[in-house]
Amino acid sequence: MSNTYLIGAAATPVGEHYGQSLAAIAAQAVRAAFATTNLLPERIGALYVANAFGESLTGQSQLGAYLATAVGLRGLPAFRVEAGGASGGVAIHQAAQAISTGQCDVAVVLGAEKLTDRLEGAVEAALAIQSDAESEAINGLTLTAQWALLMRRYMHLCDYPAEAFAPFPVNAHANALKNPQALYRFAISSDKYRKAAQIASPLNMLDCSSLGDGAACLILAAESVAQKLAGPHLRLAGSAVATDTPSLAMRPDPLDLTAARASAHIALGRAHMGLGDLHVLELSDPHGIAATLALESIGFYPRGEAPRHAADGAIAPTGRTPLATAGGYKARGDVGGASGVYQIVELARQLRGEAGLTQVPKARVALAQSLGGVAATAATCILVAE
Amino acid sequence: MEVARHWRQRATRYRLEGQRHVRTGEVRFPARPLTVGEQDGDWEPLRLSGRGEIYSFSVIRQAPDGFESMTPYPVALVRLEEGPLVAAQLTDCVEADLAIGLPVEMVTRQLLDTGADNLLVYGYKFRPRLVATTERL
Repeated sequence: MSNTYLIGAAATPVGEHYGQSLAAIAAQAVRAAFATTNLLPERIGALYVANAFGESLTGQSQLGAYLATAVGLRGLPAFRVEAGGASGGVAIHQAAQAISTGQCDVAVVLGAEKLTDRLEGAVEAALAIQSDAESEAINGLTLTAQWALLMRRYMHLCDYPAEAFAPFPVNAHANALKNPQALYRFAISSDKYRKAAQIASPLNMLDCSSLGDGAACLILAAESVAQKLAGPHLRLAGSAVATDTPSLAMRPDPLDLTAARASAHIALGRAHMGLGDLHVLELSDPHGIAATLALESIGFYPRGEAPRHAADGAIAPTGRTPLATAGGYKARGDVGGASGVYQIVELARQLRGEAGLTQVPKARVALAQSLGGVAATAATCILVAE
Repeated sequence: MEVARHWRQRATRYRLEGQRHVRTGEVRFPARPLTVGEQDGDWEPLRLSGRGEIYSFSVIRQAPDGFESMTPYPVALVRLEEGPLVAAQLTDCVEADLAIGLPVEMVTRQLLDTGADNLLVYGYKFRPRLVATTERL
């Protein structure tokens, strides 16, 4: 088993790219990633495409072959990975395994989604079937409503008002303001949060991510390749995937994201690390409740305490568990199956000390976790600066 | 057209039929295929009472295609008295009526009109229980 390194990373801005196709934004991200390294495209052994909504919202399937050709890697073995919102994390895990088991020594992970060509109803329908379509989506339950059900239950059990979740989107927007690639580059306040219109009560518009188009690309390499390149070297110290039932109703305790916990701890175990070693996090945070349940299920905080710590600054770049330093799902934008790849692009900036105004001081170890649906799939990756 | 897909759900949707484990008595809903390690006869069909209480709820204002004409509509996780949770729409109520713990009962309602396919999908929804009762099966 060989170590896997991240040797190139880049992304397009997240936005409504009406003028550009899926192929165009994918090619833009891949070219940008190659520009960050001296590697020739001929060295690439495999392409892993992370995409959740190719069929339902973009109208294109067989994305391995389609995007391999579009980005200039025609002929390579190419695999499309679909695990809903966790597609990016799962694709990274697959690519890292291909390298560590010697199937290839350089692999490209490409997260790409084109989501804004369709109207809101089609987008909600595509998102909703990440849950159990026959027992949940058929009742008109949206993915947002699933999180809303968890938020209401959490508020009831832990005695919080809805505005206790405001620190999460407020932090996300404050950070996105400083990220030129973010979808929403403006600040919001707790006061605005209180007045925002409901989407699926108790979740309001300022506590719901917006989907955007975007592509992000990582180049992963075996140690033998990485050593010949200039540092600092970023090592994928561990990754893991875990699953749970997509049906909220079938979970013994719906507030416990068991897959989020399992994948985080298995990945940390593979990296020979613990929660206390982490300096900066990227989580699936389309809503404050999503970040809350992930933080608590993984074990950063006991149940009922994450919103209180968030209000005390724990999720700011200078806090104990810095979150959404590029704006998170809420303000950088939710890029569907590409979000997990965007997470690593941001963590690479952090670990290289290139994050500017949202730099986490002395960040050396980072955790990224992407979730499919309400954590039916959870993929975690630990990244270490050497 | 997804006629067969909806037809397969008829016991679940019209009768709230789940399963009871013949030895442990565990009840699950909806009925599921046998998994690895389970044997024929481990689970028997069980028609649930349809009574329960609200575990959590939300009112949806941004709907998927097919549901846009119903907004705003309430949905809930309902804790059935036999134990399972079920996700469903609420009906015959206004938002101000809703609270965690509210007793509810199952009714049969139209879930979806597939429009051009002319397929009317019926199934369970839940409404506030009309007569409060402590009766148990």
